[in-house]
Amino acid sequence: MLMSVEWRGQPVWVLHRTPEMLKDIKEMDPKVADPASDGSTQPDYAKNEYRSVKPEYLVLVGICTHLGCSPTAKLQAGADSGLGPDWLGGFFCPCHGSKFDLAGRVLKDVPAPRNLVVPPYRFVGDARLVVGDDKGKGA
Amino acid sequence: MTKAQALLNWIDERLPVTQFWKSQLSEYYAPKNFNFWYYFGSLALVVLVIQIVTGIFLTMNYKPDANQAFQSVEYIMRDVPAGWLIRYIHSTGASMFFVVIYLHMFRGLLYGSFRKPRELLWLFGVLIYLCLMAEAFFGYLLPWGQMSYWGAQVIVNLFGAIPFVGEDLAVWIRGDYVVSDATLNRFFAFHVIAIPLVLLALVVIHLVALHEVGSNNPDGIEIKDKKDANGHPLDGIPFHPYYTVKDMVGVVVFLAVFTFIVFFAPEMGGYFLEANNFIPADPLKTPPHIAPVWYFTPYYAMLRAVPAFLGSQFWGVLVMGGAVLIFFVLPWLDRSPVKSIRYKGAYYKTALALFVVSFLVLGWLGTQPTDFLGAIGKTDVAVILARLFTLVYFGFFVLMPWYSRKDKTKPVPERVRG
Repeated sequence: MLMSVEWRGQPVWVLHRTPEMLKDIKEMDPKVADPASDGSTQPDYAKNEYRSVKPEYLVLVGICTHLGCSPTAKLQAGADSGLGPDWLGGFFCPCHGSKFDLAGRVLKDVPAPRNLVVPPYRFVGDARLVVGDDKGKGA
Repeated sequence: MTKAQALLNWIDERLPVTQFWKSQLSEYYAPKNFNFWYYFGSLALVVLVIQIVTGIFLTMNYKPDANQAFQSVEYIMRDVPAGWLIRYIHSTGASMFFVVIYLHMFRGLLYGSFRKPRELLWLFGVLIYLCLMAEAFFGYLLPWGQMSYWGAQVIVNLFGAIPFVGEDLAVWIRGDYVVSDATLNRFFAFHVIAIPLVLLALVVIHLVALHEVGSNNPDGIEIKDKKDANGHPLDGIPFHPYYTVKDMVGVVVFLAVFTFIVFFAPEMGGYFLEANNFIPADPLKTPPHIAPVWYFTPYYAMLRAVPAFLGSQFWGVLVMGGAVLIFFVLPWLDRSPVKSIRYKGAYYKTALALFVVSFLVLGWLGTQPTDFLGAIGKTDVAVILARLFTLVYFGFFVLMPWYSRKDKTKPVPERVRG
């Protein structure tokens, strides 16, 4: 479900989100610090509800906006995640405890100040994704 | 005149060797009442020498290259004759350096060694402490393990959190957009030459300043105020042979502990050498539980305790930096009429005890994940504790002008009591 690739020496994640996951993202709106991503970094075409071009595919730079660790995927909701029964799935940074939802939006009251960065990307056909080059001119 | 005496005379006419020996050692008068806490200055010098000598031998076999660094450390551990011993002495030395320096600094807090006329002595000491932190940080990247990589990533990003210039500053420090071979090369240069040179210069200045004003002592009395007919302090004894012999006892005990660690517990249960650092650096994956080496954990706990505010993570960095830099102003915060804790009242004793407890608790919290004590509501208990003890830590300094003046002090005797 989660794929990790290297781009500019950094991890980039591609996550396939189920309809339930997308529903949970809406529920997270009051719990995240920047729900509309106004103060965060993403291309204009990914500044939307699900922070993606296609709702079911999330593309993120897997580097915490706090101090640059790579958060751990905690995609399962519930107490088994180790993050409490209210957890709806997302990412947890092991370094300083920042938490992000399944759209890479930062939760309130954690050290990280902004949502995870969405890199420029585009789809080439249905099964291919190009990261770093969203205009087809070469990155 | 013997031939040896003739040779010494020949040298003395050209280089003041005997004069230096007398003025700095055999006729340098130190207070006669030094106790246990006065071992750690000389022990710091011993560790410095150990680190330089073992460092030279490690450098002969280490390769500062992102593709070879990890392997070359394993090569040192397995194939270089006594390489494992040299590396374990060096890694144990790094931790023991901080043990010794923390105890040395605590001595200063006990007996008011930072007070007039020793303000500059203290300031240069704090500079040495900063240098030591930089040296430890740069050195920790060199094995190019997972903790090396992610530790460097986090610390460099601390500078990235500074408003306006941070991003550019972080790129400038790394020499790249990510921690990479370029970073490793420059950190190697800093670790083996730049910082050690500065460190040595600061140590010399620290000692020159010490020998100018003379040592403080457990009574916090200036022995230079009471002198005999020859102009020697009545409560002073020549450093050599009295304290050279005393310090040698300390060195023997210290080396016994040191070698025990090197041979029987070089990793010290993950506190001196972390398990994750035996995995080669992977820029795509942060280990699930990361913590700095023990000597940085009090500051690390403070960093984690401060949440983002006004869209910036700079506040945590500010608190962490402030916790170290606040030592610089200590000489001007203490308004007590007496120096030593022996004559201070309950306020200072309580404050110092709380400070030590907060430093230890923060250090312990910094080694653990933030959620290890569970949560109250949405906030982790460990984070609440860290916030509380961060306040205690700063309270020791910030409230000192007030409580040190209000404190009920005891009368200071005319002469040292032994």
